[in-house]
Amino acid sequence: MADKDALFKFLCRMGDNCLIIGHRNSEWCGHAPILEEDIALANIALDFIGQTQLWLGLAGEVEGEGRTADNLAYLRDAFDFKNFLLVEQPNGDFAQTLTRQMLFDAWHLPMLQALKESSDERIAAIAEKAVKEAKYHLERSRNLCLHMGDGTEESKRRMQDAIDLLWPYTGEMFKSDNVDEAMVAAGVAPDLADIKATWDNFMDEFFAEAELVKPENAWFQQGGKTGTHTEHMGFLLADMQFLQRAYPGATW
Amino acid sequence: MYAQMVKADGKGVKSREEMDAEERAFQDKIDRDVKIEPKDWMPEAYRKTLIRQISQHAHSEIVGQLPEGNWITRAPTLERKAILLAKVQDEAGHGLYLYCAAETLGVSRDDLLDQLHSGKAKYSSIFNYPTLNWADIGAIGWLVDGAAIMNQVPLQRTSYGPYSRAMIRICKEESFHQRQGYDLITKMAQGTKEQKAMAQDAMNRFWRPSLMMFGPSDKDSVHSAQSMAWKIKINTNDELRQKFVDQTVPQAEYLGLEIPDPDLEWNEERQSYDYGEINWDEFYQVISGNGPCNKERLGARVKAWEDGEWFRDALTAHADKKAAKKKKQQQDAA
Repeated sequence: MADKDALFKFLCRMGDNCLIIGHRNSEWCGHAPILEEDIALANIALDFIGQTQLWLGLAGEVEGEGRTADNLAYLRDAFDFKNFLLVEQPNGDFAQTLTRQMLFDAWHLPMLQALKESSDERIAAIAEKAVKEAKYHLERSRNLCLHMGDGTEESKRRMQDAIDLLWPYTGEMFKSDNVDEAMVAAGVAPDLADIKATWDNFMDEFFAEAELVKPENAWFQQGGKTGTHTEHMGFLLADMQFLQRAYPGATW
Repeated sequence: MYAQMVKADGKGVKSREEMDAEERAFQDKIDRDVKIEPKDWMPEAYRKTLIRQISQHAHSEIVGQLPEGNWITRAPTLERKAILLAKVQDEAGHGLYLYCAAETLGVSRDDLLDQLHSGKAKYSSIFNYPTLNWADIGAIGWLVDGAAIMNQVPLQRTSYGPYSRAMIRICKEESFHQRQGYDLITKMAQGTKEQKAMAQDAMNRFWRPSLMMFGPSDKDSVHSAQSMAWKIKINTNDELRQKFVDQTVPQAEYLGLEIPDPDLEWNEERQSYDYGEINWDEFYQVISGNGPCNKERLGARVKAWEDGEWFRDALTAHADKKAAKKKKQQQDAA
């Protein structure tokens, strides 16, 4: 049986990643470059919000203090959010949005595949459901990134800029801490070194096929997993939490 | 109603004697409720009028993403956020299959979008009003989708096959949206003092613009007769508006929301509600570009299109490269 506090933190990380990347995707609504992408982005945002409800719902249950998924989403401040810095990065141009998505999806899919085998049946059940969506997400983001890399000169330049910009936020996804170690010890979650190996393979294949250059840098930003975020996070939450904060106690 | 001011081509409704043999056969089919399909002969004026009507509807769905999209990032619960996302996604989907229906009439989606972006094509006046508080999202579902359904349900029987089939799909989703909107505004109307105030504020701002959605009064609706003869319009604007008022007043009463119309009164003789004169000056101003949000709405669509040009170009370039590669492989193999 995993330590309750560590399990709660782990579940918040899973849920917060989904919530924040879902929120960022939802910001595109009505502003995408083509109608089909408006539909795809809303669809993906919807998948992530659905997954958030499951992860944060379970987090509240594990914590045992009566907090619901909504309480966790709308009534925590930035330092209590445990998502990766990567997912809170602004949408930027469409190349940045696509790149952010692929870098995350390539972590998310193997993570969920491993969580299907979790010793915690509740976690295995959520992963089972979410993995089908994550498969589609990665297929889409990878294809579009490849197409943009091999489209026009401009699309190639934009993709390379986006990759260079976001690459420093990828290291954090694989940096194991005491929460991750407790999860591995209890058989709840996989060793992040295994997820990194899968992610590295994926990226090597991607860069071999894409007309793009893999960044060389070895310095990675970190802090999201422990609650030290970028300046973007406060504004995102101010937007997202406005009604719950302005009208405490109301039901919606 | 998402197509409010569709100018019908043609010089008024022709009598049977004035029609040539092809026109008579066409009108006979319509009178017998036989659907017109893309490859069938049709009068040029019918084709042009339909393109105008269907594309106005499609543009309205696309622009209509914006006022609701304005609240997606601020939806107050995860469930409300999911419901709103799904709704806006449905609207984009409606836009997509309406553009497809218009394409069967020999016009491209890109051409239609050019007309929207240049300001030549119209979209429903309602989307040029702002969404200022969360209850507006409920008001849009309840009133705006409610008014749209009033018009779209009869259009399921419209004479043009692809349009009729698109409307059947759309109506199913719209009635779902309306129920969700009513549920949202019910929560607000029955909520805290502040939530009630938001609901009333939404009602005050959306009531009259919703009535305007049905288009000008019958006496000023100059193109209706031809469209009705072609069965691309089934009821008159005033008939539908009255039906909407009669359906909505009891719902507002149930919610405890006041309708902002001092002249609203039950007419025992007509078994219907009388309602106050609509400000048609405002309507024509909004339609012609001077509504509170016309510039923002169109500006947002144009910006999305222009910012996205490199992406669309890259998709095309990639597809061309792929096709060329495949062709070369086939040639090498042969």
